[in-house]
Amino acid sequence: MQQHSPMDSSTPPAANPSRLIISAASIALLGVIWATAAWVTADRTLLPYPSEVAGIFWNEFVSGEIWFHLSATLMRVIGAFVFAMCIGCALGIFAGRKPAFNAWADPWVIIFLNLPALVVIVLCYLWIGLTEVAAIVAVAVNKIPMITVMMREGARALNPALDNMAQAFQMPRLKTWRHVIAPQLAPHFAASARSGLALIWKIVLVVEFLGRSNGIGFQIHLYFQLFEVGHILAYAFSFILVMLLIEYLIVQPWEKSASKWRLNES
Amino acid sequence: MKVEIHSKSFGLNQVLGNISLTIGEGEVVALTGPSGIGKSTFVRILCGLDKRYEGQITGVGRVGFVFQEPTLLPWRCLIDNIMLVTGCDAQVAQTALDQVELGDRSADYPNQMSLGQQRRVGLARALAAKPQTLILDEAFASLDEATAARMRELILRVLDGNEFSTILVTHNLEEACELADRVLVLDGSPAKIILDHHIKANQSARDCQTEAALLRSRLNNSASV
Repeated sequence: MQQHSPMDSSTPPAANPSRLIISAASIALLGVIWATAAWVTADRTLLPYPSEVAGIFWNEFVSGEIWFHLSATLMRVIGAFVFAMCIGCALGIFAGRKPAFNAWADPWVIIFLNLPALVVIVLCYLWIGLTEVAAIVAVAVNKIPMITVMMREGARALNPALDNMAQAFQMPRLKTWRHVIAPQLAPHFAASARSGLALIWKIVLVVEFLGRSNGIGFQIHLYFQLFEVGHILAYAFSFILVMLLIEYLIVQPWEKSASKWRLNES
Repeated sequence: MKVEIHSKSFGLNQVLGNISLTIGEGEVVALTGPSGIGKSTFVRILCGLDKRYEGQITGVGRVGFVFQEPTLLPWRCLIDNIMLVTGCDAQVAQTALDQVELGDRSADYPNQMSLGQQRRVGLARALAAKPQTLILDEAFASLDEATAARMRELILRVLDGNEFSTILVTHNLEEACELADRVLVLDGSPAKIILDHHIKANQSARDCQTEAALLRSRLNNSASV
């Protein structure tokens, strides 16, 4: 006979409708504050109304201009993100598992964590040149120490009893990584991916601002020189929108599926 | 299985002294002794988790380990827990779950189960590994008496007629006398086997209270000598 625990009937909590209403109201409130500030300022060149920014966004969208710059920035974000995650995860996990390596790596991590992003960007452009490689390396170097620290904490928190279990049952190394270690690191990976994305796209804009000839950062630089606040806001919002889509369509669903088993916890 | 341990130390602290013993196929051996004496260190050496010791161990073969903490993968259902860890197929895993009376819970997750049930899954996993040596490390600790009694009954049934050697770690003499054919008592500093007691009465005719009393008197005698 099937024995059912009280948790057998548990289902994932549905999206809370009141939460969605609050989020929508909160965003609407931001729009109202912005419109009020534009009305008080009464200077369209300094702070245009939200409707004007939406109009600029639509024009750039229809002309295809925004897509060109958005895709250039997105490529840099993806390149820097993948590079930083690969190096940061490898270093972090190794440092968390090997205290001797960590003793050597820790001072480096602290130095790089405290190195201003602007200094790294300028040095990369000076040493490598005003190239795509320099832009991606500059962004990745800024993010790697943070990912290393987060993944190191994850590796330190690995359950040694599960390690012993895998060893006692002579589980193959690859299988142990996939089924025993990776699921334990998943929350740390998701946290570093999320904070990585949030930081990387901001640094990419600075990198483009200082030394690229396309991308959202380049456009912001251009319209800064032309004193076109409406265009600056339209380009900034376009990228915020893309990052929100990545967060809600990729990062959160992945995180949810990786932690699905926790719903069964009694 | 032949065990020859000369010494095992943690830094300057020697935990295990000279331990020499042979365990036959199908033999059920209980390893007992005070807490912290080195029982867990001994079984860790036995199953290859600790290789930093002086001595030699042969004939252990494939190990099935039932840990004190169930050490299941909480992100996997029961049948996956058994298949992924032991590499067995679904049928073997299901048979092992049936053996521990959890055959109808194969799709459940460990966190949906009580500690006693999780220990039974741990036992099923060890059996599915088709072990040559089965190690049960304090498998009844932290269980209420009724659950522990049910678990002991289950283990007796599972061990009956099997050809693998079993090492059962416990600090409860009655438990040791109920389940094992032979009781080893580990004591001293560094720890050595101070008593190797063979239980002559067969399982069905055995009174574990009387056996435990006999064992205690042998221990007292050896201490007074």
